[in-house]
Amino acid sequence: MMPPGSLLSRRRVLTIAPLAGAAAVGVGFWAMLAGMGRGSFDPHDIHAPALNRQVPPFALPDQAPGHGFSSADLGAATAPLLVNFFASWCIPCVIEAPLLISLKGRLPVWGIAYKDRPDDAAGFVTRTGSPYARLAADRPGLTAIDWGVSGVPESFLIRPGGTIAWHTAGPLTQEIIDRQVLPLAAELRR
Amino acid sequence: MLSPELGRFALALACSLAVAQFVLPLTGAWRRDPRLMATAPALAFGQLACLALSFVCLAAAAIGDDFSVANIAENSAIAKPLLYKITGIWGNHEGSILLWSLILALCGGAVAWFGRTLPSTLQARVLGVLGGTAAGFELFCLFTSNPFDRVWPAPVDGHGMNPLLQDPGLAFHPPILYAGYVGFAVPFAFAVAALMEGRVDAAWGRWVRPWAVAAWCFLTCGIALGSWWSYYVLGWGGYWFWDPVENASLLPWLTGTALVHSAIVVEKREALKVWTVLLAIGTFSLSLSGTFLVRSGILNSVHSFANDPTRGVFILGLLALVIGSALLLFAIRAPKLSAGGTFAPLSREGALVMNNILLCAICAVVLTGTMYPPFASLLFGSAISVGKPFFDATAAPMALPLLAAMAIGPMLPWKRAQLAPVLARLWWAGLLAGIVGLAAARGLKGVLPIVAFVLGVWVIAASAASLLQRIGHRRGTAFRDSLHRARMLPRAVFGAALAHAGAGVTVIGLAAMSDASHAIVAVHTGDSVQLAGYRWTLTGLADAAGPNYRARVATIEVRRHDHLVTVLHPSRRDFASQNQTTSEVAIHTNGMADLYAVLGDEHDSGPGKDNEHTAILRLHYNPLAPWMWLGALIMAIGGALSLSDRRVRVGAPRRARNAVAVPAE
Repeated sequence: MMPPGSLLSRRRVLTIAPLAGAAAVGVGFWAMLAGMGRGSFDPHDIHAPALNRQVPPFALPDQAPGHGFSSADLGAATAPLLVNFFASWCIPCVIEAPLLISLKGRLPVWGIAYKDRPDDAAGFVTRTGSPYARLAADRPGLTAIDWGVSGVPESFLIRPGGTIAWHTAGPLTQEIIDRQVLPLAAELRR
Repeated sequence: MLSPELGRFALALACSLAVAQFVLPLTGAWRRDPRLMATAPALAFGQLACLALSFVCLAAAAIGDDFSVANIAENSAIAKPLLYKITGIWGNHEGSILLWSLILALCGGAVAWFGRTLPSTLQARVLGVLGGTAAGFELFCLFTSNPFDRVWPAPVDGHGMNPLLQDPGLAFHPPILYAGYVGFAVPFAFAVAALMEGRVDAAWGRWVRPWAVAAWCFLTCGIALGSWWSYYVLGWGGYWFWDPVENASLLPWLTGTALVHSAIVVEKREALKVWTVLLAIGTFSLSLSGTFLVRSGILNSVHSFANDPTRGVFILGLLALVIGSALLLFAIRAPKLSAGGTFAPLSREGALVMNNILLCAICAVVLTGTMYPPFASLLFGSAISVGKPFFDATAAPMALPLLAAMAIGPMLPWKRAQLAPVLARLWWAGLLAGIVGLAAARGLKGVLPIVAFVLGVWVIAASAASLLQRIGHRRGTAFRDSLHRARMLPRAVFGAALAHAGAGVTVIGLAAMSDASHAIVAVHTGDSVQLAGYRWTLTGLADAAGPNYRARVATIEVRRHDHLVTVLHPSRRDFASQNQTTSEVAIHTNGMADLYAVLGDEHDSGPGKDNEHTAILRLHYNPLAPWMWLGALIMAIGGALSLSDRRVRVGAPRRARNAVAVPAE
C-alpha cells in the first residue's frame, strides 16, 4: 500500500498535468464540434452572412427553365422558403440535387445559378429534374458576394418577410434537412 | 484490375492487419511470448504492402480519369497534366489521409526492418503502438474519408484541381511534410513502449534519436517548402503569415527540435529522461492535433480544407484515444522512472535544458495565439483574431536568447563548465558578428532585425569555431594533423555544426527581409517606376494559352543605372472550369535579393481608348529572401549528415552480431 501522501507528490502532480491539460483542451474541442454540428458555433462567422437580417437588395434575370426573382419577391413571401446557390460545374451540387428534389414538396426551394453559363445551368437542371420553384441567374456572382456566399452549394432559409433565418455552406445532407431545415421551417410557419 | 473496389478492400485488409499488429505483439510482450512478439515485423510489412496496393489503385483511377470516383471527379480533369493527376491524389482530404496512412505504414516497415537489433520486447511494443495508431487512421479513412467512393451519375469530365495546387512546389509539399509529421510517430511509439517497459536508458536515447532526427529533417524541409510556396504562389510577397495551418506545422517542429536535443542528454548522460519521454509524446500529439484542427474546420485559415464536424468528431475521438492513453500511461509510469545524472547549471546539459525551455516557451506562445480565437469564441462568444503582430512580438524575444546560447552550447563540456575559456575561444566570432552587424545596421530599420542579424552571423561563426576547435586547428598546428583529425571526427559533429549554421543563415534572411520594400502602382504600357534603386518599366501585355487555362502575361524590364538587369514576366491565369484566377509571380534572384513582380487587374482608362489599358503591378524588392529557405535546407542537410554517422545508425551493431555465429533460437 502506498502512503496517501505520495499519491499527490510533486512528481506525480507534474506527470498528471499534461493529461489534465490535454483533457481540458479536448473537452473544449468537443464542445466546439458539437456546436458546429448544431449550427450554434461557427469559427468562420467573420465571413458568415448576418443571420436575422433582411436579404440584401437584388434583382436577378430568369434562368431557363424558370422565372427569376428579386429581393422584393423574397420580402413578399408569406411562407418560409429555401434559397439554394448552385452551379453546373460543382460536383457537390450533383450529389445534393436528389435531396433538394425530395425536399421540394415540403418546402419551396428557389435556386440561384452562380457564375454559370445559362445553357450549362439549364442543362444541369433539366438533366437532374428541377427542384426549383423559381430560378435566377447570377452570372457575375455579385449577388452571391452580397449574401456572403463563399462557394457553391450554399443554402439559406428565408423567413416570411425576407429575413435570413438559417444558413449552411456546403451540400445539404438528409441529416441537416431532417434535424435543422425542416424543424426550423415548421417553427417559422406557426 | 486495379479497381477502386480493390483499393478499398486493400485498405480494409491493411486496417485488419494493423489491428492484429496492435493486439498480438503487445499481448506477446506482456505475456513474454516470443512467438506472438515475432509476428510484429511480418504484420507491419503486410500492412505496408496492402496500403501500397490501395494507393496504387487510387493512382490508377486518377491517371485513368475514372470520374465515377467522387474524389477524382472533384479534383481532377481530363485536361490536367499527368504530373498533377498523380500529385492531385494527395491534393484533397481523402487522398491525403490515405497518404498519411501509407507513410505511417512505411514508418512501421522501417522500424521492422532497421530495428532488427532492438530487444525483442521493445521492438514488439514499438510496432504494436504504431499498429494501433495506424489502425485508427485507416478506420478514419474507411468510415469518414473514403477516397474510393463512387458518384452517380458520373460526370463526363472532372471539376478540376484547385489551380493553386497546380504547382510543382506544392505538389511535393504534402509527402515531405507528412513524412515529418508522421515520422514523429516512431519516437512517440518508443516513448510509450519505454513507459510500458518501465525503463529509459542511454540505449533508448540512442535508438530514438535517429528517428527523431529523420522526422525533423523532413518537417524542416516541409515547412520551408510551404513557406516558399506561399511566397511565390500566393503572390503576397511574404513568406510566413502565422496562419493556423502554418502554425500547425511549426508547433511540432519546435518541440521536435527540443526532442532532438534532449535525447542527446539521455544518450550521453542518462538525464532528462522523463522530460524526453514527454517531449516525444507531445511532439506527435501536436502533429496529430494539427491535422485535427485543420481538417475539422475549427481554425480559420486561408488554406481551404473540408469543413466537416463529423470528421472532426472522429479525429477528436482518435486523438483522445492515442494522446489520452499515452499521457495516462505517462502519469502512471513516469514517476517510477529512475532519475539520472546530475549536472551544474552551466554545462552542456544546462545549455540543452535552456534550449528546451526556450523552444517550449515559443511553442506555448504560438499555441496560445493559435488556440485563443476559437476558445474565446466558445467561452465568451466573441469573434477575435490573433495576428502577426502578436506572434512577432512574443516569439522573437525568446528566439534571440536561443540563438545567443546556441553558439556557446556545443562548446561547453558536460557536467560542469566555465564560461570564460569558451568565450575566449569565440572572441573572433563575436568580433566578426559585431563588425558585420554594424555594417548591416546602416541598411536595416529597427533594433530587433539588427540584433537578429548580428546573432545570425554569431551562430554561423561560432559553428565554424566549434569545428576548428574539435579538429584542434590553432596557430602552430600542422595542417596535415588538422586534416587527419577532421577525417576522424564523427559526422554527427559536422552535422550539428551545419544545422546550427543553417539556422543562422535563416535568421539572417529573416532579419534582412524586414528591410524589404514594395510598391503597388497602376501603369500604362511604357511607364516606369523607381523602386529600391531599380527602374521597372512595363513594356507589354499579351495573351497566351496554357493546357487548361488562359493567361495574360506582362513584360517588365528592370534596369539599374541604365543597365538591363532582367526581364520579368508575371502573369494571371484564368481556369475556366473552376472559375478561378491565379497569379503567377515573376521572381529574379541573384542570391542576395529577389526582384518580385505580380500582375494585378487591368482597367480601361476611358471610352474609345482601346490600347489605353492601365495594369496594376505589385513590385517587391526582397533582400536576402532566398537565404531563409537555403538556411532551412542547410539545417536539413546537417540533420541528414548526422544520421549518416555510423555510431548513430540503429543498424550499427549489426556487423558485430553477424560476425558471431548465431545459434538457432
